[in-house]
Amino acid sequence: MPYIPHTHSDVELMLEAIGVDDIEALFDEIPGDLSEERSSALSSGLSELEMMLRMQERASRDEGNLCFLGAGCYDHHIPAAVWDIASRGEFMTAYTPYQAEASQGTLQLIYEYQSMMTQLTAMDVSNASVYDGASGLAEAILMAVRSNKSNKSGKVLYAEALNPVYLSATNTIISSQGIELERLPIESNGVLVINKKADQAPAAVVIQQPNFFGRLEQVDEITNWAHSQGALVIAVVNPMSLGVLKPPGLWGDDGVDIACGDGQPLGIPMSSGGPSFGFICCKSKFVRQIPGRVVGKTEDLDGQPGYALTLQAREQHIRRGKATSNICTNQGLLVTAGTIYLSLLGAKGLRETAIKSHQNTNYLREKLLQLPGVEDEYPGPVFNEFVVRLPVDVNELVALMTEQNILAGLPIERVADEGGVVRNKLLVAVTEKRTEQEMDRYLDVFSNVLGELST
Amino acid sequence: MKFEEHKTIFDRGAPERRAFAQRVDGTSDDLLADIPKGLLRVESPLLPEVSELQAVRHYTNLSKKNFSIDSQFYPLGSCTMKYNPRAAHKAASLTGFLNRHPLAPENISQGFLECLYDLQEILKELTGMKGVSLAPMAGAQGEFAGVSMIRAYHEANGDHQRREIIVPSAAHGTNPATAVMCGYEVTEIAVGPDGDVDLEELKSKVGPQTAGLMMTNPSTCGVFERQISEIASTVHQAGGLLYYDGANLNAILGKIKPGTMGFDVLHMNLHKTFATPHGGGGPGAGPVGVSERLLPFLPIPIVDKKKKEGDVNEFSWRSGSETEQTIGKLSAFSGNSGILLRALSYALLLGDEGMARVGEYATLNANYLAAKLSQSGFQLAYPDRRATHEFIITFAQEAKEHGVSAMDIAKRLLDYGFHAPTTYFPLLVPECFLIEPTETEDKSELDGFVEAMKAIRQEMLEDPEVLRSAPHTLPVRRLDDVKAARELNLAWSPF
Repeated sequence: MPYIPHTHSDVELMLEAIGVDDIEALFDEIPGDLSEERSSALSSGLSELEMMLRMQERASRDEGNLCFLGAGCYDHHIPAAVWDIASRGEFMTAYTPYQAEASQGTLQLIYEYQSMMTQLTAMDVSNASVYDGASGLAEAILMAVRSNKSNKSGKVLYAEALNPVYLSATNTIISSQGIELERLPIESNGVLVINKKADQAPAAVVIQQPNFFGRLEQVDEITNWAHSQGALVIAVVNPMSLGVLKPPGLWGDDGVDIACGDGQPLGIPMSSGGPSFGFICCKSKFVRQIPGRVVGKTEDLDGQPGYALTLQAREQHIRRGKATSNICTNQGLLVTAGTIYLSLLGAKGLRETAIKSHQNTNYLREKLLQLPGVEDEYPGPVFNEFVVRLPVDVNELVALMTEQNILAGLPIERVADEGGVVRNKLLVAVTEKRTEQEMDRYLDVFSNVLGELST
Repeated sequence: MKFEEHKTIFDRGAPERRAFAQRVDGTSDDLLADIPKGLLRVESPLLPEVSELQAVRHYTNLSKKNFSIDSQFYPLGSCTMKYNPRAAHKAASLTGFLNRHPLAPENISQGFLECLYDLQEILKELTGMKGVSLAPMAGAQGEFAGVSMIRAYHEANGDHQRREIIVPSAAHGTNPATAVMCGYEVTEIAVGPDGDVDLEELKSKVGPQTAGLMMTNPSTCGVFERQISEIASTVHQAGGLLYYDGANLNAILGKIKPGTMGFDVLHMNLHKTFATPHGGGGPGAGPVGVSERLLPFLPIPIVDKKKKEGDVNEFSWRSGSETEQTIGKLSAFSGNSGILLRALSYALLLGDEGMARVGEYATLNANYLAAKLSQSGFQLAYPDRRATHEFIITFAQEAKEHGVSAMDIAKRLLDYGFHAPTTYFPLLVPECFLIEPTETEDKSELDGFVEAMKAIRQEMLEDPEVLRSAPHTLPVRRLDDVKAARELNLAWSPF
């Protein structure tokens, strides 16, 4: 029996100890009319070999594509040691560290993770992670609205170039909380320019850096503007970019109040977008409003250092209906990988990786813009990705490049409402992992397909 | 204990030292010249500066300070800490799955989409529901999705006066927290002395304001709610819907279906019932299943199957008019896909018969352990009831007579090499353990646990201080939670 260790004589002895004749008798409190015929969702169980063959066949169908897709999930190199260590059974098969003394490995690791995230974002406090970047933004918005004691309007402004998928998930999650999300339109160069007072003072303002189009926002000006309206500022950041970009804790005169984002670039495989981890960092004055687990350093009976879950009075298992969130997991295993990744890279490795990604992005962008009819949709500096406008049907181009095993990028119309106007915009992402040969192959195929579609 | 053992990864660093793993040649700051200076980072973050071996050794040694299923019996009630098959992990880690970008076009994603479709169908059949969405990333998000669908359903019917969700007092903390996140008020109903819901109180509290009732069955008291059919009809007659918290699905897997019990909507915890690893607190996956009337509201994405020419199946993301009434997306992409692939692998390995055996042997193990502990003098919280996949013992008497708490006994169990059961939950039983052995433990492991409990009882009689100051053999002794909360130290600093 798969994974059930009982021998026939074990079962006999156990039934005797319980005082029943058979296993069926253990279900005697279930009303008879509820029992049913055994289900038939599955065939009989497969052997390990049969199961692996079936899964291999399916995995191999989707394999072998050169990835220039980004939009929140990026194809970075993952050092071999990251998952070799993260997959150790002691990390992978432990649970939430409720018994602190028996979970010091996970707890110290999370403490180190929190430390790295506060360093990376230049914020005071980090939680132990949430599900992903999108749900992290929703939690950050709920947290900001709770925390802003002087503005109870529930009005939250966001720059238009916010990841539209994050926005959509956020809308689902906050839909019953009386929060009104309002868009701040971007200029024709793809970034936000602040030039007037908001009609009604917002409780919070959300800025993504780099924004969904890869463009760099004027984060200092926007942060100061938002603070001058009495709003809290929420930054959505790519942690990899913080190897070179100004950390949100230093934006404007006072820094942002909450920083969040997705940890996938830090050693997490793309894996169809999950599991990954979301992070939330904040200024220390908001620590009691942060959702999810938080680990603190403390001492044991002998005065030796140790780690434990702390501030649990915020959480659902204590506060029930009054908790800061219903969340009870973090993405522990992914945080484990992310922490090992950051240890292996250090500040230098992270900076080099970010610079290389930037160099590759600029290379491909320049070359693409030399192709006939390809336009720069949002001129100006970018990080990691950029948008071009095509003289041909963007979906046809993507389909034809897919036939040659190249993921050309994301047609923006697939995720964002373009107001009925066909713009043929393509979002292209390039990481440090793409070699010059790969980028040149992309350009070759792109150019050929463009020619084919133009005639 | 060596002094070294307390070091963090930061303490092991030295300026200029670095690991080789991510060396990128030929980069210089000149390559950032196109970015305005004001947007660039000036000071480096203080990240570890260690060699690869230092990092590998540090985290390997940290891992050894954990209890885990792979190394210890972990009878954590309501958490279903069963063996996580390596094959499922291997299958989900195939490069074709790991390297798939979430936005890859459908025509080169057929293998992945077929996996999700298969899992949707399996979960539908096992739970007796009409539709399943795999979108929620954890149990709590599944609950959120489920209650959001209840809300969407009532709103679509113009039933705006339904402002209230009912939960039994023994419910998981996530139930009331979820109801509040969905904009509902929470009404609690009592649980009677036999562990069943107080049906009379329920009848007096349901009404036109009731949106729904959330419950687990078997309940968190470790017993099967025998009045489930009456509960269902009471709630339904008042126009409310019934939510099934799938935390305890392991107990009835292959035996009875939540759909048959009358539930309208449920979430499953694949990291419990489908044996995916808990990862030190996540990731999980919390798919939701619904009855006919909630189908239009399922969260997206969902995978559909179409027959193409020549009997070839084509899989695609559901879109268009069929998703008009969806409660929406819950994550940036399609949830915790890697966990879904593990769950599918597990289901394929077990098959129908294997699934049915899960509930049977989980129940056998729990009842055996309950019988042995009871025979050894421990007090069952519900002695007249049949245990399900888990059961409760209470140390109220020990606390009174010997000044030893459930927490003291839990900590002492760690010294004996067993992870402690869930303590102080459900809240209505004083000084309790909620014990769930799962089906993957063998008899000798259970016997060893009973022996440890008996030895601890003996220590309690002879020298209770040993319990009160436990643990004695772990990397740290009892930790000061109060200090952790009062003098917050949440991040390393060099000063």
